[in-house]
Amino acid sequence: MVDMTALTNMHSGSEASRRIRKRRRAETRLKAYGILAIFLAAVALIALLSSVIFKATAALTESYVTIPVKLEVAEIDPDVTNDPRIIRRADFSGLTKDALKTRFPDAKGRTTRRELYDLTSSGAAFELAEKVAADPDLIGETIDYQFLASDVTDLYLKGDFGEVFDKPTNGKLTVALSEDGARLSSSVNDFSAALGRVKDGLIDQAKLKRQQAQLQENGVVFFENALSDAETDAEKKQAKAQLVSRRAARDALIAEAEDLETRSQSASGAEDLSESNRSVLVRAGGGWFKITRLDTARAEADVIIQPSESIENVDEWRLLVTELAPNARKVSDNQIAWIEELREDGNVATVFNSRFFTSGDSREPELAGIWGAVVGSFWTMVVTFALAFPVGVLAAIYLEEFAPKNKITDFIEVNINNLAAVPSIVFGLLGLSVFLGVFGVPRSAPLAGGIVLALMTLPTIIIASRAAIRAVPPSIRDAAVGLGASPLQSVFHHVLPLAMPGILTGTIIGMAQALGETAPLIMIGMVAFIVDIPTGITDSASVLPVQVFRWSDFPERAFEARTAAAICVLLGFLVLMNAFAVFLRKRFERRW
Amino acid sequence: MMNDMRITERTMSNEIKIAAKGVDVFYGDTHAIKDVDVEIENKAVTAFIGPSGCGKSTFLRCINRMNDTIDVCRVSGDIHLEGEDIYAKDVDPVQLRARVGMVFQKPNPFPKSIYDNVAYGPKIHGLARNKAELDEIVEKSLRRAAIWDEVKDRLDAPGTGLSGGQQQRLCIGRAIATAPEVLLMDEPCSALDPIATAQVEELIDELRASYTVVIVTHSMQQAARVSQKTAFFHLGNLVEYGNTDMIFTNPSDSRTESYITGRIG
Amino acid sequence: MLFLGFFAILALASAAYVLARNRASAVVGGEVSRLHSRPNYHGFLAFLVAAIIGWALLFVVGGVWGILIERAMMADIMAALPEVSPIEAELILSDAHAIADSGIASKSGPLRDEIAAKLTSHSALHDYGTLLLAALGAALAGFWAYSNVSEGWRARNRSENIVRRILAFMTIIAILTTVGIVLSLIFETLNFFRNIDWQVHKYLFGTNWSPLSGVQAGKLDPDKVGAIPLFAGTLLITVIAMLVAVPIGLFAAIYLSDFAGPRVRAWAKPMLELLAGIPTVVYGFFAAITLAPFLRNTGESVGLSIASESALAAGIVMGIMIIPFISSLSDDVINAVPQSLRDGSYGLGATKAETIRQVVLPAALPGIVSAVLLGISRAVGETMIVVMAAGQGANLTANPLEAVTTVTVQIVMLITGDTEASTAAGPAFTLGFTLFCVTLLMNVAAQRIVRKYRELYD
Repeated sequence: MVDMTALTNMHSGSEASRRIRKRRRAETRLKAYGILAIFLAAVALIALLSSVIFKATAALTESYVTIPVKLEVAEIDPDVTNDPRIIRRADFSGLTKDALKTRFPDAKGRTTRRELYDLTSSGAAFELAEKVAADPDLIGETIDYQFLASDVTDLYLKGDFGEVFDKPTNGKLTVALSEDGARLSSSVNDFSAALGRVKDGLIDQAKLKRQQAQLQENGVVFFENALSDAETDAEKKQAKAQLVSRRAARDALIAEAEDLETRSQSASGAEDLSESNRSVLVRAGGGWFKITRLDTARAEADVIIQPSESIENVDEWRLLVTELAPNARKVSDNQIAWIEELREDGNVATVFNSRFFTSGDSREPELAGIWGAVVGSFWTMVVTFALAFPVGVLAAIYLEEFAPKNKITDFIEVNINNLAAVPSIVFGLLGLSVFLGVFGVPRSAPLAGGIVLALMTLPTIIIASRAAIRAVPPSIRDAAVGLGASPLQSVFHHVLPLAMPGILTGTIIGMAQALGETAPLIMIGMVAFIVDIPTGITDSASVLPVQVFRWSDFPERAFEARTAAAICVLLGFLVLMNAFAVFLRKRFERRW
Repeated sequence: MMNDMRITERTMSNEIKIAAKGVDVFYGDTHAIKDVDVEIENKAVTAFIGPSGCGKSTFLRCINRMNDTIDVCRVSGDIHLEGEDIYAKDVDPVQLRARVGMVFQKPNPFPKSIYDNVAYGPKIHGLARNKAELDEIVEKSLRRAAIWDEVKDRLDAPGTGLSGGQQQRLCIGRAIATAPEVLLMDEPCSALDPIATAQVEELIDELRASYTVVIVTHSMQQAARVSQKTAFFHLGNLVEYGNTDMIFTNPSDSRTESYITGRIG
Repeated sequence: MLFLGFFAILALASAAYVLARNRASAVVGGEVSRLHSRPNYHGFLAFLVAAIIGWALLFVVGGVWGILIERAMMADIMAALPEVSPIEAELILSDAHAIADSGIASKSGPLRDEIAAKLTSHSALHDYGTLLLAALGAALAGFWAYSNVSEGWRARNRSENIVRRILAFMTIIAILTTVGIVLSLIFETLNFFRNIDWQVHKYLFGTNWSPLSGVQAGKLDPDKVGAIPLFAGTLLITVIAMLVAVPIGLFAAIYLSDFAGPRVRAWAKPMLELLAGIPTVVYGFFAAITLAPFLRNTGESVGLSIASESALAAGIVMGIMIIPFISSLSDDVINAVPQSLRDGSYGLGATKAETIRQVVLPAALPGIVSAVLLGISRAVGETMIVVMAAGQGANLTANPLEAVTTVTVQIVMLITGDTEASTAAGPAFTLGFTLFCVTLLMNVAAQRIVRKYRELYD
């Protein structure tokens, strides 16, 4: 029997307080989950934004290298016409190569030459052509021209290929040049620090080998099991063969790793430097050397730039060690030496990258800009707005003010709600088959994109407009109709103006969604490579989000920063639009 | 419609269950309750009356600290339950509310079965050791709430399916199942029709035997019918407090008199 | 041409407006109050009929005439080369179009030049003929309105009727869009099924997906169109996304609605809205460039091999994208649970946690279920994140560390790939139709549930 009055006593006493503590703990737990959820969402947002913004900073600047270039009359305008058209047709890219060759005459051999030509952008020659065409008086002179640096040069200057460490030098350097290289010796053990770094690199390599060995070991275990489980002879044979080859591979890798480890541990002992070691470069007497064999006080080296004087017991010399091995970075040792040499001469400049905001798309990252995509987005948004806004508002007026309440209206409502949740890619397919296929709207054009986005935005605008119209109190309509206005007049003269701030807010939010939309535009061909800035709604164009998508797919590293920068621009526009919507809502919000 | 027989039957225990002293309540900048002192007797029905917005409900919600759930609400002063300060730091409002149950203006059964509605309180407070005990608590509570006969065959039906009066009695049963010492009722009959009201009033009178009941009502007749003590609130002040028959027959304050005779309200 | 026509009709209609308005004033000798409708309405009616008739003619005549020309040209090509397939004939026609527009054709030849010449002459006739007809129609309509202007002419009622019809037509556009989607998808889907000899089960239940590898003369290999790997991949990524989004979104909603103070709400809600406003392509970039390498490196350091296009990376980021969706919808339904229920629970001495778990959440459950359904529907239809971060090869696996592909990825690959559009369209549109049906089902179910739920508490 339960005595209800006795139960009352269970609310106090030690048992009750023990229970209450437990219940309070459960409450704290739930609250903690909530805080954790908010925290995780915040972390995700911060990680996303910071990674984008951090990556984008690299696209804010671009680099130029100044190299004297001789503008030969014979090459450019042999007949001295001074006609810009003839000048533009001249071989400026050859002139650029000549200028580079003149600057670094020691670059010989096809690969080395190609590395040299890679210092400047392929677009630099066009710019030089434009400059000369605009100012034909320059022809015949030798000018110091600022060539746009290639993406590799630019990234190296931004430290994207790892740091380059300047090791202190105390001793005096002597270099003996011979046919096949140079022998370097320092009066003290200046190379030991560099050697140490190289040996640290060996440990990393050994680690990698051990990881690979571990993978082989996994294979060994797998096939050991396979062997014991095997039932037929053929299976056994296969497993055995696999086992043997994997064991061998594992043992070889472990041996290599052990060798690397012992080499890294001995403080002395010369190292041969290969593609997989950190590079060591020496600059002395106006020349550059790439070390091929390194000991604590002496080294063997290849000559990248011939020294201008003989080097004997020189005090002033630089010893550079790279963070990454040549096979782990896109910039070669030669290029590092050339760029560093240009930098020593003050011929490298890094300036604000205005090109990114003013030029169209390009396959060369250093030439690529977002202006074309921004203009494309603008035209697309113009079309979207011109279609979606009137249609959306008029449809909302009809549904709110005139539609009879019947099955058809219900169906339209369900239909609009569903349309709002149809995946965007399906709208792309609709655009592809109906507007491109049946109506013959030009492919890749803002017109096509605008129509598709308008259909996508329509439900958003209709839903927002209906809410805004519904919020206008019936007394306003009654007042207008009571004065003899027709229902249509009451709506267009009184209700609509009052609902307009709400309608505009909804429209802007819908447009912001459309601005960030990508998938349907890919379907209708706006993903094509388009260099020109579109001038109207029927030109081929790309839009910002599609540009982001395309660039993110390119293998060149330099595009990563540009993609991130394009995202920042896109987010900037979205923030502006949403801020404007919030402003409208705050400024004109009316509570009835 | 006054039931004189009931008034003569009234017995006073005179033991103080709840003592409030200098209670002030603020909603943001609004001063909702101004320096209220009141002593509520054990095992009796006390009615709070007054025009709407006078603060009677607000004061009721101070007694089980329901006001804590409202962010902008601040309470100062002392309220003691059996000599224990309920606003003391070490008092857990959750534990307090188990001892001081509450029934609300609008019947608010949970969207669960009738059984689960009543079993909810005993479950969270761990009052039953097993299913049989829980069943017993549910049955007893529903019997005390005078609704057992109406629902005993459909305990699994949703509580929201009952009629308004049944819902309110279910809510009372739900409050009883938690085994409180005090029952607070915030205009429990305002959403009910006259017949349901009569049933609930009858129930309140029966509950007096086991519980201290505090009821807020805007109906003076109801206060007169069910309560032994009456407190009249006006504009956040406790104007007058005393035996119900005294208040209704011989009010000492002119405002009380105006209210009772229908001149303010 | 279309623009010129558009503005020509606009000019005509405006002229009709001015004429009709002036005539209305003149008819009553300036005593405007004698008119049934004010002069502006007479003008407006003239404008409406002229513009509507003109634009409609422009559109209909231009469209039908254009189709007729195409048909005639196709007939010419088929007559000249009876042995070519319709697809090749279409190719020739599009080349001819390119030549006529002085663009770049894939091939040139006498037939193409001949067709191009015909096209040029036809299109001149087509353009001017259409314009003339439309202008004539507009002028006649305008004249009708003009000649009808009189004292008792109910121009206002008539024009308002027309405007109402226009409003109704705007509403129809939403339905037309749905109809367009369904028709275009069904059309290509049926083509596709015909192409695989109506072996629909091979599409729905087959496990080998490489539709373009078995193409012979435009005919697909029914054994290579099994979409199960795509469905499984979509499901895997969706499940990961929901595992991320539902707990985080739901707990965030619970915290914001019942625990958080106004200060926390003041920054947490805009934060979630910000998360909701980020374009999916940005999420895709984050998944591909930041999260996937991070996961791979982390996996490597603990000895797990994680594919760089793993389902995990795409799923997690998709989950992040859906968090605000779940949280805002759940927040709405949790807030819609009446305060009286919460009070009832608190009044019995329940803690907040007990109230939420045992009263609020059960009451809000239908709404939360529909929020999750809508979230799933979003995840299934999401394109950019998976295109950028998920795999492209159809791989049937349940391991989230491996690369899987999804329905949307395959649609994008098929449409943007190098294969002949007419061949790739079949499987792409069929996948699109499948996607449309699945998301539609979920949306309708979610809407039903929400509607029921609203009825419960309103």
